[in-house]
Amino acid sequence: MNNVTATPTAPPAVETVGLAKSFGNFKAIRGLDLKVPAGSSLAVFGPNGAGKTTLIKILASIMRPTSGKVLIEGLELKDDAEGVRAKLGLVAHQSYLYGNLSAWENLDFYARMYGVEDRVKRVSEVLDLVSMTARRYDRFSTFSRGMQQRMAIARALLHRPSVLLLDEPETGLDQQALGAMWDIIRREEAGKRTVIFTSHSFERALSVCDDIIIIERGRLAFKERACNMNLGSLKKKYGECTAAVKP
Amino acid sequence: MKFWSCVRAIAWKDILSELRTREIICSVLVFAVLILVIFNFAFDLNPDLIRQIAPGILWVAFAFSGVLALNRTFIPEKEENCLEGLMACPVAREAIYVGKAIGSLFFMLLIEIIILPIFALLFNVAVIQPELIVVTLLATVGFVAVGTIFSALAVNTRAREMVLPILFLPVVSPIIIASVKASAISLAGQSWRDMTIWLAIIIVFDIIYLTVPVLVFPFVVEE
Repeated sequence: MNNVTATPTAPPAVETVGLAKSFGNFKAIRGLDLKVPAGSSLAVFGPNGAGKTTLIKILASIMRPTSGKVLIEGLELKDDAEGVRAKLGLVAHQSYLYGNLSAWENLDFYARMYGVEDRVKRVSEVLDLVSMTARRYDRFSTFSRGMQQRMAIARALLHRPSVLLLDEPETGLDQQALGAMWDIIRREEAGKRTVIFTSHSFERALSVCDDIIIIERGRLAFKERACNMNLGSLKKKYGECTAAVKP
Repeated sequence: MKFWSCVRAIAWKDILSELRTREIICSVLVFAVLILVIFNFAFDLNPDLIRQIAPGILWVAFAFSGVLALNRTFIPEKEENCLEGLMACPVAREAIYVGKAIGSLFFMLLIEIIILPIFALLFNVAVIQPELIVVTLLATVGFVAVGTIFSALAVNTRAREMVLPILFLPVVSPIIIASVKASAISLAGQSWRDMTIWLAIIIVFDIIYLTVPVLVFPFVVEE
């Protein structure tokens, strides 16, 4: 399989080689080869059940692949899972935050888990980044969906990860909250961080991503530079890729 | 160092969360006190009968209230899928297990500290005895160690309230039986030497129950 984009000098930020994952007889990922250069952003498209979330969970080392390799900045996941996880930030469908704890306590807990130095300063910084400083002592369960998603982003950015994995981060957010979310993600250490996100929003992908891939039934069906595509061509390609494999 | 700082963070997070809601402590305490009161009224108690049945009643209260508490151990991790958040952290999976187990141990010991005086009052027995305290401590460690892994297993099932006792109680029964026997010896005022065999059984099962769950926990949470 070809690279999404190739950088000959530095190792890719994220690389998968022959990645496969099965749940019993069901093959969620089938031999996926992927290279994502450092500092770039990749949008992953695919219909429900295509394997997008499974891919993100394997990259985040939450799930073990059935076969194949995952390398994050040259480190192989199975050799140094903890070292790899320290480089990753993850925003998933759910926030991973505790309803009974305050915003501050939640972030302070994760800062301990990630071994963040100067914890108090960093927690203050990320709370400020997501504009949640005024609500820092309020319980997480009292926050609106938009606030919860901002907190999830704060948690993911807490340890300054070099690779950010976002699994459909836009679910349930209004247009204003969406704009704010991407603004936060791009504002901190812009250009240095590699971002991989799964989405159903073609417009958003074209505006924020360098590369686009479409996964269908666990296989890489399409890959292209975002700059070579427009909304119409992307929609057409998506339709072709997802229709081609229908029974 | 990193391992233990994460263990401390997880245990502290659980304790802080429970102190906020008191979900486990309140419900379990009511249940345990109810067991003691019912048994107290069920029998026409005399000193001989108390000596025979009190250790069993004490461990029925501990065991069933313990199951109730352990059922809640992984519920906060299920809400907002926080377990995945912990798994994404750069820490060994085993630290998550140890942290959760220490949190549960804290709640169990707290509940036992409250139950013991009530038990002493209702059944007119002396519970401030080093033998009984050591037996309770050792048995609780094994009970919580194996209960935490079954709680992690049961949390992803639909009927977790039923699954946990069905899986867990048969496995933990050697510790409960040995604890009832050792507690009976202690409450009868006999010496350490008389309970050696039961203490040895509890310690052996503690070692097994502290070792095996640590080894299997990564597989339990990943698959």
